Amino acid sequence: MSVPVTVSRHRFGRGALITLLLLAPPLLWLGVVYLGSLLGLLQYGFYSIDDFTAQVVQQFTWATFASLFSTPSNLDVIIRTLLMSVAVTLACAVIAFPIARYVALLRGRSKAVWVVLVTLPLWASYLVRVYAWRLILAQEGVLSWVLAKLHLTSLLDAALSLPVLGGPSLSSSYLGMFLVFVYVWLPYMILPIQAALERVPASLVQASADLGARPFQTFWRVIFPLSLPGVAAGSIFTFSLTLGDYIIPGVVGAPGYFIGQMVYTQQGTAGNLPLAAAFSVVPIVIVMLYLALARRLGAFDAL
Amino acid sequence: MTSRPSPGLTLAAWLGAAFLHIPLLLIILYAFTSEDRTYTFPPPGLTLRWFGVAFARTDMWDALWLSVRVACLATLLALLLGSLAAAAMSRSHFRGKDAFSLLITLPIALPGIVTGIALLTTIKRVGLEPGTLTIILGHATFCIVTVYNNVVARLRRISPSQIEASSDLGARPLQTFRYVLLPHLATALLAGGLLSFALSFDEVIVTTFTAGSQQTLPIWMFGELFKPRDRPVTNVVAILVMLVTLLPILLTQRLSSGGDYMHGGGKSS
Repeated sequence: MSVPVTVSRHRFGRGALITLLLLAPPLLWLGVVYLGSLLGLLQYGFYSIDDFTAQVVQQFTWATFASLFSTPSNLDVIIRTLLMSVAVTLACAVIAFPIARYVALLRGRSKAVWVVLVTLPLWASYLVRVYAWRLILAQEGVLSWVLAKLHLTSLLDAALSLPVLGGPSLSSSYLGMFLVFVYVWLPYMILPIQAALERVPASLVQASADLGARPFQTFWRVIFPLSLPGVAAGSIFTFSLTLGDYIIPGVVGAPGYFIGQMVYTQQGTAGNLPLAAAFSVVPIVIVMLYLALARRLGAFDAL
Repeated sequence: MTSRPSPGLTLAAWLGAAFLHIPLLLIILYAFTSEDRTYTFPPPGLTLRWFGVAFARTDMWDALWLSVRVACLATLLALLLGSLAAAAMSRSHFRGKDAFSLLITLPIALPGIVTGIALLTTIKRVGLEPGTLTIILGHATFCIVTVYNNVVARLRRISPSQIEASSDLGARPLQTFRYVLLPHLATALLAGGLLSFALSFDEVIVTTFTAGSQQTLPIWMFGELFKPRDRPVTNVVAILVMLVTLLPILLTQRLSSGGDYMHGGGKSS
């Protein structure tokens, strides 16, 4: 990778040299180790697997990528994962918004407390939080107990009998998986929205009220549009994290595979590295498109 | 904004906070349950037994110790590379600056599984044996951005005139760095370092690919989730993990109570 360094003030002067020296180690690391690995992975996507010997055939072919879309079960995996990612992102945005707005309105000590309240779960270990939901969703677990106490068991049964979302129990249904995803990524959505809301000038809100807008109008026409960069920033996390996760669909949920699980099994037990590579290119492409879109919405200023 | 939160908003926020915290409280409760086969709620009885059982498990201590070593070394690497990157970015314009900032963000923007399998492919290609070293390399890759975000935010707030004043007064570059720049950056470096430690300590997805037969604490926990030897032991360890990751975070919070701590700390896997 070439390093084109031109410093505006003194071309090829000491400044450029220093910038180059500073830049070289991280650039080498990320450019060679990380980007190199990604490209190496991409290369595998263009290989195929010999059906008889189960060996990787190192010969260029589009067949592996094509099989993502031509094999219905592979396409199902992609669509299922995408739909879940979109649903989780939307739900996170809806739940995060009031919390973010509330924290943004607070001042002083209570604000500090709430910031900790919101960030704490984020750092209480991902696996621990997923595991907690195993306790909650289990058939004899907390949620069934609470619903039984509230005489709402029939509501749970109704939800579980829904065609695609339901299943034998919450811990083995898409509904349960959805709940866990929303829970685990929620703080990633709250923090950027809160940051964006804090940058909404108070004068704008006042002006809107002075001009006779009712609170809801002010919210919808002023506050909400200005919070969109935050929503976009948060959605990068919720979307991308759901897209690649293989642990939550493994611990909680219905039998249908997700992209992450597919990548994991194909490179591991199935020993089909080319297909695993092809599958992992799907989230790369989607995230890249998403980043480009989010950049337009100003998400990077809200990160 | 000067307006006060409405009752509806307050209620929604409290419900949200309850949603975020009740599962964590349940974990703590289940560490004391006397029932070790199922997840029966409420627990039929409470006991301290599992703490003893957990602390007697040598495999758990080995995993914990490996996680601590890995997190320390990955953090050191990330501190070095992240602050170099931040220093380069804060300097005047150079071609490819946007591409470079995208490159730094990529390891957290892309799903962990992509980073994991990509690194594994390279490790195999280069002929490295997956193990402690490769775990550290993997973790450092996505920890760079945490340090970078913190340091770059701080550098933006340091006025260039301070640096100029220092050199005008005759300080050599190293002196300026030691006496002007470093004191300014200290808390940002500490915050970035602590976040990166917590991130590495908790990481499971990238690690499953780069660990070989080594077990970090999250990998150990993941194994316990599917084949538990003593189910409540997982809860005890979960509390331990929470403490190890939470303490640095709370410390960070205290250190930089300006509200600008944790830049882009987001990312779990």
